[in-house]
Amino acid sequence: MSDRNQTLAKVVQTIEPFNKKGIDVTEGTRFAQDLEWDSLTVLDFVANIEDEFDVLISMNMQAEIETVGQLVDALEKLKA
Amino acid sequence: MTDLFSKFDPLIEQRDTLLNTGVTDPFNLVMEKVESPTVAICNGRRTILLGTYNYMGMTFDPDVVAAGKKALDEFGSGTTGSRVLNGTYAGHKACEDALKDFYAMDHAMVFSTGYQANLGIISTIAGKDDYIILDIDSHASIYDGCALGNAQIVPFRHNDIDALEKRLKRVPEGAGKLVILEGVYSMLGDIAPLKEMVAVSKANGAMVLVDEAHSMGFIGEHGRGVAEAQGIIDDVDFIIGTFSKSVGTVGGFCVSNHPKFEILRLVCRPYVFTASLPPSVVATAATSIRKLMDSADKRAHLWENSKRLHAGLRQLGFTLGTDEPQSAIIAVIMPDLEKGAAMWEALLHEGLYVNLARPPATPAGMTLLRCSLCALHSEEQVGEILGMFAAAGRATGCIS
Repeated sequence: MSDRNQTLAKVVQTIEPFNKKGIDVTEGTRFAQDLEWDSLTVLDFVANIEDEFDVLISMNMQAEIETVGQLVDALEKLKA
Repeated sequence: MTDLFSKFDPLIEQRDTLLNTGVTDPFNLVMEKVESPTVAICNGRRTILLGTYNYMGMTFDPDVVAAGKKALDEFGSGTTGSRVLNGTYAGHKACEDALKDFYAMDHAMVFSTGYQANLGIISTIAGKDDYIILDIDSHASIYDGCALGNAQIVPFRHNDIDALEKRLKRVPEGAGKLVILEGVYSMLGDIAPLKEMVAVSKANGAMVLVDEAHSMGFIGEHGRGVAEAQGIIDDVDFIIGTFSKSVGTVGGFCVSNHPKFEILRLVCRPYVFTASLPPSVVATAATSIRKLMDSADKRAHLWENSKRLHAGLRQLGFTLGTDEPQSAIIAVIMPDLEKGAAMWEALLHEGLYVNLARPPATPAGMTLLRCSLCALHSEEQVGEILGMFAAAGRATGCIS
């Protein structure tokens, strides 16, 4: 698996406990509209992602991230 | 034309649904007369006030009121100007001197409201490329201060020392760090583990700002707040506070020992580009602050009130925000907004005013009946309050 695919796999895995509707998660999945997460769920999820990848995802960055794919891109950039 | 108000439709609908049940609008109460810090006339009925921030009951203190009247006579009704132009009178300086004495700190800066103090200090000291690490349950004025500035904003889980430390360690090398905490969190009335959090922040090279709005005058030996009570006030870089709670008027401030602090008066926009407080307000504030220094007896009585109300409500079967009373705020957790509004109204009919708090102000989507005690609530009043909670709780089915 490429680095990016590994990151995607980890992100999808981290989404699962919060995927209450059990939808298929792809790069195009949107956090607010498709997963229907409220701000508290987002906080919990972001905290888990931060710990998993040992990075900071500031609220400024979060504002730019709508989809799973965009989160993976942002994580790839942070790791670089 | 797109109606710019369409975005408010869900809220308008929620509000209509609630009011259609026939409940009194909890966010539209008018106090027709105010008799004392603990009693007002609402809808023609004598009502005990248990939802103000008048913790130390200073609003009708004779010395405070006299100082305000004198300043009104001698300096007029307002300054009509900015602190840095024509808006600094002797009274503003005297008020800042009172704050320096109260906190035993080198510098004090008075803003027109507590909201503006947070807005101004936070947006000014944390610039682009700096990091603000803040508790997720921080007050709206703290978040708005972050939004007004350009720093990177990183929230961490409420009161979680490990979560704070992890995030501090992940901040890029060389970036400036500001940690923002509150002494008392106003929704549940819980306090922060400031001792540990300030130590972790300092060990990781961060400056620390603590908002002590809800603890001033009450918590700590000299009423300086939770940072004083936990013995680490000297390690806190900036304390933010307000005059609209224990001090009993309106206004905000920041105190600090930072040697370059005074430059903020020239660069802090919410300080510069607004009119200063009226002379009567700073006169009442200065008088009140000096009186709060010697209020150990009132502090002790307020603790007694808080403990008694907490224990009494618990005994009645209510679910409270904290296991032990940690401040002058006791939050009663309601199952939902409708039940909360019904209970709020039933209490008002009994003759008791409390705050109905709901999201987004509350954490975890909770509906709360927030009770804040006053040092001037008598023992008898606390007994009456418990009786009213029992009656209203049974009438609405909140307790059995």
